[in-house]
Amino acid sequence: MKAKIHVTLKNGVLDPQGKAIEHALGTLGFDGVDAARQGKYIELDLTETDKAKAQAAVEEMCKKLLANTVIENYSIELE
Amino acid sequence: MKSAVIVFPGSNCDRDMAVALEKITGQKPQMVWHQDTTFDDVDFIALPGGFSYGDYLRCGAMSARSPIMAEVIKRAQAGVPTLGVCNGFQILTETKLLPGALMRNARLKFVCKDVALTVENDTSTFTKDYSKGQEILIPVAHHDGNFYADTETLDRLEGEGQVAFKYAEDINGAQRNIAGILNDKGNILGMMPHPERMIAKELGGTDGCALFTSILNTLG
Repeated sequence: MKAKIHVTLKNGVLDPQGKAIEHALGTLGFDGVDAARQGKYIELDLTETDKAKAQAAVEEMCKKLLANTVIENYSIELE
Repeated sequence: MKSAVIVFPGSNCDRDMAVALEKITGQKPQMVWHQDTTFDDVDFIALPGGFSYGDYLRCGAMSARSPIMAEVIKRAQAGVPTLGVCNGFQILTETKLLPGALMRNARLKFVCKDVALTVENDTSTFTKDYSKGQEILIPVAHHDGNFYADTETLDRLEGEGQVAFKYAEDINGAQRNIAGILNDKGNILGMMPHPERMIAKELGGTDGCALFTSILNTLG
């Protein structure tokens, strides 16, 4: 089973890299970008075949290492 | 006073820290490799600066989960004075021994220069040889020193005297110019500036000495 994890900054947490991306897009002439937020994408190949167990395990991984929940949210997709 | 310096792959201020500790306490610290699981019974633990694990995932994220840290966390929670400088501060927030997080500098630049700090707390184990409001000059060298915490946490840190140092002026976007914080018990200090690099005139100044003498005078 594959786990696809997105880690993003929480709302309200300043994202200077996202801001720089937003400015660079404007410089390139791409109008209409209101805001850019940068995050991380992590893929895991899991040996677990039970979806509920995999979900619980990846949740733990996110809380313990993959995301810093002081500043980041995470979302998990299993397939 | 017996001390230990924890060494991670990518630490680069571990020897500066060892020199500072030896010069001021008169005793060589034990250098402890991150894969060890225990170390001598010491009075003081230092987590040095550097770029441990190449800052993979997040600064300090890997180191915070390395084998030796279980022991460091246990001892720090039991009250052993513990100092984290720069990457060490990032590691302390990643372990949750200290609140908040260190984010990319607001202007996205690596900042490497001597900066003025104001002493905000002059009663802690680490700061009692300074005086409140005193301005000191200490170098910083970081890309991710932009301290972030939610408003409630910031209010608590300021209200309880847990802010040890502030930048005299904004250098990295840190909330309320916070440069260093203490835990609620006051035995753990994390700070981005490098006091261990300001311990001799030949190095540019001696404003870092008082931090180490504070610890020494507290612990004997």
